[in-house]
Amino acid sequence: MTSSTTQKSNGMWIIAALVVLLLILHQDNWFWTDDTLVFGFLPIGLFWHACISIGASLTWALATVIAWPLPDETDENGDVSSTEEAAS
Amino acid sequence: MNHPGLPQLIIILIYLGLLLLLGLSSSRLFKGTKEDYQVASHSIGPFLLLMSLFGTTMTAFALVGSSGEAFKEGIGVYGMLASSSGIIHSLCFFLIGVKVWKFARRHKYTTQIEFFRDRLESDFIGLLLFPILVGLVVPYLLIGVISSGTVIQSLTAGLAPNVEMFQAFTPDGNPIVALNGGVPPWLGSLVICVVVLIYVFFGGMRGTTWANTLQTIVFMILGVVTFYIIATRLGGQDGLMANLNALAESVPEEKITRMEMSKTKFFTYLLIPLSVGMFPHLFQHWMTAKSANTFKVPVICHPIFIMIVWVPCVLVGIWATGDLIPAKPPLPSNPNTILPFLVKTQTGKVLGGLLAAGILAAIMSSLDSQFLCIGTIFTNDVLTHYKGKENVTDAQQVLYTRLFIIGIVAITYLLSLGNVKSVFAMGVWCFSGFSALFPIVFAALYWRGLTAAGAISGIFAAIVSWSVMFYQALEQDALRTFVLKLPLGGEEYEIMPVVVMLASSLVTMIVVSLVTPKPSEKTLARFF
Repeated sequence: MTSSTTQKSNGMWIIAALVVLLLILHQDNWFWTDDTLVFGFLPIGLFWHACISIGASLTWALATVIAWPLPDETDENGDVSSTEEAAS
Repeated sequence: MNHPGLPQLIIILIYLGLLLLLGLSSSRLFKGTKEDYQVASHSIGPFLLLMSLFGTTMTAFALVGSSGEAFKEGIGVYGMLASSSGIIHSLCFFLIGVKVWKFARRHKYTTQIEFFRDRLESDFIGLLLFPILVGLVVPYLLIGVISSGTVIQSLTAGLAPNVEMFQAFTPDGNPIVALNGGVPPWLGSLVICVVVLIYVFFGGMRGTTWANTLQTIVFMILGVVTFYIIATRLGGQDGLMANLNALAESVPEEKITRMEMSKTKFFTYLLIPLSVGMFPHLFQHWMTAKSANTFKVPVICHPIFIMIVWVPCVLVGIWATGDLIPAKPPLPSNPNTILPFLVKTQTGKVLGGLLAAGILAAIMSSLDSQFLCIGTIFTNDVLTHYKGKENVTDAQQVLYTRLFIIGIVAITYLLSLGNVKSVFAMGVWCFSGFSALFPIVFAALYWRGLTAAGAISGIFAAIVSWSVMFYQALEQDALRTFVLKLPLGGEEYEIMPVVVMLASSLVTMIVVSLVTPKPSEKTLARFF
């Protein structure tokens, strides 16, 4: 197994953990009946879920760097170029 | 220009004219091949892919329904429908979209059915999936066509109250103020169908993608502008923050919390966005990507884009429940008309017209992809498949796709003229049906052990469980609100029917796959 494959495999686990974390945080029972207004106008339940949207975006941004499912060398026909194949 | 409804009508017509121009311009790049017509020769870059995927997944519901649901249920709808989609949609693009793109490019697929037939060495799975996919997309299409007519009528109300065709009365003969004199729904829907038909017919996937991009920009910008103006008018304070504070203070407690929302229903709603993994029209959009890396921008930006559209709409929806809303004219009884109503009563005619264009943009950006996709499925998976690829030229396939698209637009329009208002309650059922099929596409990509019999049994399990619960919902006259009640520890927990559909499909697929023969090693080697 090459180092890039190992890195990608670790990356996949990190992203999987972050997605599970997002799904847990999504079920925010702790804010269910909280009527606090963040910045004086944004209900905290809505603010929390807007933050989840931002968190999801950041998670997926990280995924494109550490866990992208195809090598960057994948050509437009879905095949990996010969240099990448040789390396692995 | 001061005539009621006229500025709105003119803006709508200018917008539709722009769309036609864009669609027809894109047809100048048409290369005449089937691949170019159906998937834009796989030439779409990151920005256009982001806009077309986002525009396709965000229907009219994103603008009108989000405000309406927030008006009815409070802020909880954001978590139930928007933040969950931000996580799950991108997950589907990442796990399903990229991998499917690779196989489709390598083996020249355009539709899901082509992929499943090859992967599972089964012709029957195509025959089985074809009516299911089309059957689940048609109600979705009808919702768009009917909504477009209703939106145009409500935002052009007052245009011609003396013309019989434009009049709208209650059953007891009184004019409906919010609709009377507006362009009749049958005419509005017809115009929208014709415009979409023209740019899809001539522009194919390229025209659809360009139009989707324009429409997504239009509805995102107009959503934010509308939010600002409504906040300023309703708040009545100096400065945006002061207005936002005043409006938030006016909202009843149950709308700024989720005290009336079931926690288990909220949790199980997470499964609904998995439907994106099986939408046939999204599958076709994925195929347009120039490279695998093209997916990166949509995967990252999709959750943020959902937030930009939904947060303002949800806030406007809850403000409408507060005491800063003027008593006259009274709020409409239908929650889905809250946003158009506020736009009409709180903003100027020009913004009203622009917002109408924005809502139509959201509707049309889904309709176009669905029309093109069904036309492509008919051509590739039925006609060309059974006639033999060698017996149909590329030019003929383009022609057939176009003819099928005309047929589908005509049938959808005619169906929309019937008494099918109940189709709106079908939305969540269509999504649940697609979600129930998610295990099949996931296993096809990641599990060597999936067999044709397993996939077919899983699909049947999904259909049967869907049908049983749909029948129960019809019996209880509760299509829109149907939930299952799970008794546990002396309490009852509400769960969405999609849980049972997805579980039955998943379990059946795994069990049957374990005891039936796998596809040949030669086939498996092509995919793993």
